[in-house]
Amino acid sequence: MRIKCPHCGERDRREFYYVGDAVALDRPDPDAGDVVWDDYVHNRDNPAGVTRDLWYHESGCSTWIVVTRNTVTHEILKTELASKVKEAMA
Amino acid sequence: MVDLMAKSPCDGLLPVEHGGVSLSEIDMTVLTSVSPYKGQDKALSAALKEAHGMAFPGINRATGKEGARAIWFGQGQAMLIGPDPASSLCVHAAVTDQSDAWVLVRLEGGRAEDVLARLVPVDLRQAAFKRGHTARTQLQHMMISVTRTGDSSFLIMAFRSMAKTLVHDLETAMRGVAARHAG
Amino acid sequence: MRINGKGLVDRSTPLTFTFDGHSVDAYAGDTVASALLAAEVKLVARSFKYHRPRGVMGAGSEEAGALITVGNGAGQDPNVRATMQEVYSGLETRSQNRWPSLNFDVLSLNDLASPFLSAGFYYKTFMWPKAFWEKLYEPVIRRAAGIGGLSGEHNPDSYEKAYAFCDFLVIGAGSAGLMAALTAGRAGADVILCDEDSIMGGRLNGETYDVGGATGQDWAASTVAELASMDNVRLMTRTTVTGAYDQGTFGALERVSHHLEDRGGRPVECFWRIAAKRSVLAAGSIERPVAFRNNDRPGIMTASAVRTYLNRYGVAPGKAVTVFANNDDAHRTARDLVEAGVHVAGVIDTRRDAPDGDGYEVYKGAEICNSEGRKALEAVTFRYPDGREDKLQTDCLAMSGGWNPSVHMTCHMNGRPVWNEGIQSFVPVDGTVPGMLTAGACNGVFSTHGALTQGIAAAQEALSDLGVKTAKADVPKAEDAPYRLKPLWAVEGKGRAWLDFQNDVTVKDVKLAAAENFRSVEHMKRYTTQGMAPDQGKNSNVAALAVLADATGRGIPETGTTTFRPPYVPVSIAAMGAGSQGIGFAPQRFTTSHKASVEAGAPMVEVGMWYRPSFFPAPGEKTWRQSCDREVNNVRNAVGVCDVSTLGKIDLQGPDVGEFLDFVYTNMFSTLKVGRTRYGLMLREDGTVMDDGTTARMGENHYVMTTTTAAAGPVMRHLEYVHQCLRPDLDVSMISVTEQWAQFAVAGPKSRELLNGLLAEEINSDSWPFMACGEALIQGVKGRLFRISFSGEHAYEVAVPSRYGDSLFRLLVSRAESMGGGAYGMEALNVLRIEKGHITHSEIHGRTNAFDIGFARMVSAKKDCIGKTMSERPGLVGDTREQLVGLKPIGVVKQLTAGAHLFEKGADPVRVNEQGYTTSVGFSPTLETYLGLGFLRNGRARHGEEIQMVDHLRGITTQCVVCDPVFIDPEGGRVRG
Repeated sequence: MRIKCPHCGERDRREFYYVGDAVALDRPDPDAGDVVWDDYVHNRDNPAGVTRDLWYHESGCSTWIVVTRNTVTHEILKTELASKVKEAMA
Repeated sequence: MVDLMAKSPCDGLLPVEHGGVSLSEIDMTVLTSVSPYKGQDKALSAALKEAHGMAFPGINRATGKEGARAIWFGQGQAMLIGPDPASSLCVHAAVTDQSDAWVLVRLEGGRAEDVLARLVPVDLRQAAFKRGHTARTQLQHMMISVTRTGDSSFLIMAFRSMAKTLVHDLETAMRGVAARHAG
Repeated sequence: MRINGKGLVDRSTPLTFTFDGHSVDAYAGDTVASALLAAEVKLVARSFKYHRPRGVMGAGSEEAGALITVGNGAGQDPNVRATMQEVYSGLETRSQNRWPSLNFDVLSLNDLASPFLSAGFYYKTFMWPKAFWEKLYEPVIRRAAGIGGLSGEHNPDSYEKAYAFCDFLVIGAGSAGLMAALTAGRAGADVILCDEDSIMGGRLNGETYDVGGATGQDWAASTVAELASMDNVRLMTRTTVTGAYDQGTFGALERVSHHLEDRGGRPVECFWRIAAKRSVLAAGSIERPVAFRNNDRPGIMTASAVRTYLNRYGVAPGKAVTVFANNDDAHRTARDLVEAGVHVAGVIDTRRDAPDGDGYEVYKGAEICNSEGRKALEAVTFRYPDGREDKLQTDCLAMSGGWNPSVHMTCHMNGRPVWNEGIQSFVPVDGTVPGMLTAGACNGVFSTHGALTQGIAAAQEALSDLGVKTAKADVPKAEDAPYRLKPLWAVEGKGRAWLDFQNDVTVKDVKLAAAENFRSVEHMKRYTTQGMAPDQGKNSNVAALAVLADATGRGIPETGTTTFRPPYVPVSIAAMGAGSQGIGFAPQRFTTSHKASVEAGAPMVEVGMWYRPSFFPAPGEKTWRQSCDREVNNVRNAVGVCDVSTLGKIDLQGPDVGEFLDFVYTNMFSTLKVGRTRYGLMLREDGTVMDDGTTARMGENHYVMTTTTAAAGPVMRHLEYVHQCLRPDLDVSMISVTEQWAQFAVAGPKSRELLNGLLAEEINSDSWPFMACGEALIQGVKGRLFRISFSGEHAYEVAVPSRYGDSLFRLLVSRAESMGGGAYGMEALNVLRIEKGHITHSEIHGRTNAFDIGFARMVSAKKDCIGKTMSERPGLVGDTREQLVGLKPIGVVKQLTAGAHLFEKGADPVRVNEQGYTTSVGFSPTLETYLGLGFLRNGRARHGEEIQMVDHLRGITTQCVVCDPVFIDPEGGRVRG
């Protein structure tokens, strides 16, 4: 598997650390309530298809990356800097 | 007063040579990590040029030359190698002394690319990785920085504490490559 | 038997090797298989289940008969295909799966018992009594099973792995692959051409027809020469591409020196990871056997293998060869043999319209129904269309049931091949591996002309995708014979007819599977073991599912195929893990004091990747406990020195660092004064404790955080995550400075006295009070000084740039020794912190939160932080939680052990009564007792209660009293001293 780091270019999967769903970017307010926090920390979809998750270019440039990929075809559709995605959410 | 004695990371390990490829330690020098504060990229680059004669390197690139180099070192970070950092840099950037944090080795020789192909999962052949190109990647299990400094020479940096493993891994690959082309 | 004037072996370079101790003559260029055939050695191996005699059946990596062991001793390689092992002078080979010898094998009795050993035999037989399984059945089956064996010793050979990159990867160097590589190479593309054979050319080397006006062998050689002259083309012989993976990644196994007498330091194998922008599969096809009664005897081979031995190796595998075929192609075998002067006993062709022979007799419409010969073929029985039977004396049968395209790689990413009626086999579907095209025989195109044409087309299409222009290429003139065959899978009749020759799966077994309702092809495969292990479906797959289709009354397309998965050929674990054996397993991290510690006789222990001293033995000390007790006493009474450089150190700078730290730590850091240090607690977002450590404020916008040794990497990753993914608005820069500083704890009542002898400026309790930090000149070197304490004593941590670490450590230790102290190691460090109730990852082990460890008040109410909301969940606080406590033994048994369980006094020590567990224990020389830390349900309210600690594993029960986890100096007087 090869992932295109927005900085370093296409790199072997071994350089990256995988963490999970990019829903992590959307951190609730402290008083958002139990259900919202439960969803944020614990509940994840497991789609057969397009998913967005967070990868960390740990052996490379130390960048957190939002990777949009297809779990069925393994196609990687998009990679973006997590910081830019987060800034755009503000 | 007893003077504290300085020891280099590869003390007693280098140089070595196998099949026309040599591995040597670069003399201890000043290493400075420079990370621009928000919105200070251009000002920092100008300050670097003014003080040290080189711009802040672009992504995957190195500027300067032997003795005074700036290597892109990851997101928003460059490693200044050689000069004592000018205090003007601190206005625009987080400046951190890294002189003792890294082991610096030079891999040189006609088959240096072949040696690195056994350890580094990045295409480092001349056509793809030219002089002045740099990469943050890994060498076997270690995080490293690798920069092409000549047609057949590379500057490799790894964590100081891993100097022995760095030499071991490089030497194993050097021996393997040398054996394939012997006789 | 050698045929003069034939073959590519070097007849001027004779050499000898051994097989089962017997010397065998060969020539350079031979494989073990070709040399054994030339020497008329027919019996080479025994099959897996029935231990039936096996000979050479094929000529490539698909071989399922002639598996041998190469070499002797620690580095021996089992299950090597004799068809792939090139000979060299002094090569030692052995047959396997036989005892005591290949000729007389005790377990061949299995063959006589075969009526009882049908499919599913083990499943049906060894079911009960249950107790028999482990003690009787399994050992007996294990002894009988398996093929070759490993030596059981450490493998002394070296292996390698490597990375390669290219525009265009060509898999297979037969006509199609060579033409594709040539087309792309001439266009200037960056090409890698891999072939598993020792010479490139594929089938061309085993055939006699011409290509481009030269012999096929010469055309291949000259094409390879042209490719070799191109800088942009990389030729990799003896390299099997084993798997296709995501984003154009391929695995490939290069056999670097298996063929060399003197490896000269070369690795044995190299496992390549090739990243290719485009690729073409030109893997060719594999000829399929026909199932008939006793079709497994040594001497029965595929028709193409017989041609390969004749044309490439100059070896006739028999003196009187019979051909059995259902297609035109196999007639080439008869023609080539006759032309080479080898007697052809006859061609038995199942087709009534088969072509006539030229110099040999063709029995049209006939089929072979049995064979004879115990350890080598002696005769075949065949049946005319009218039912009459006749016999031919023959010592070699060349059979062909047609060809199966090698579609394997196209299935590695979930692709399914489709049935092609014309060739009666499966062909790949385009695009099943993104970026990979197929060309030639693996695509179901069997003529040489067709293969060459497809090779050119594939290269042009791939290069056009990459924006590289290709010149118009002419197809070299080559044979373009139509492929004509009449399907034949299994000849009707009694007896056992083999499908999978290595696993001994017969037509009967597949029919039995169907009868017992294992009708799905995947179920049949697992029930019968057809296509498993060495065969991997290469020889038996299509025929087996044709038989299954017939038995279940379905067509072959509806029956489908099993799934081909990587690797295409076996890959040794040594090659996949190359570089990671021994000390290559993980980087070794050494502190600057390593050498001095080793010189002092300290045993080093691994802490993550770091090596740290366990203890420093003094003269006369016989046990680690003696050293540890002394080192603890040194710190409590004088001064001790310990290297703490392995703790993670992260430098944080920027105007928003204070706010950032307030968000990642539970407590406040923005309010910390410059020149002061504070202990901090870090949570995961789910409320569990992630790490702890001290953070020093070195300047207005400059902090230095310490992490535990174990969590240094994860904390750095976490901080980057919090910054980039949650708070990119904050202006913060962070960098690890763990490696920059050699840092030593100087602890004990005499610590300040020791340091004052080294510092440019003397310190006192006013200038450096508890938790002070700042820069300092140490022996003239600019360093850092922190007044922090893990031991609970008056202590400092002093840091200098790592280059001075060795020198400073030696100096500190010698000064400490002169003051009645000395160096201390991990054991003493651990006892000191247990005495003080300080936690490590033994306590913050991933299931405990701030409340559990008694730090709930450290979660600031004034601000949000990572993990705060979730840590307040009802289930994570209160008296049902297991809380950190101290434990002291009070009964006859004085020992405490870590990982033991806690129960109420007098309670039955069973799971339902469990009240908690111990996490850290040590013997305190200060209090002269064992001390323990652990978690006990509602423990903070139970101080003073007697409980029992039970270690079920070690059989220890100790009565304890529950107490505060801080055993020494709870008021903290010493640390402020």
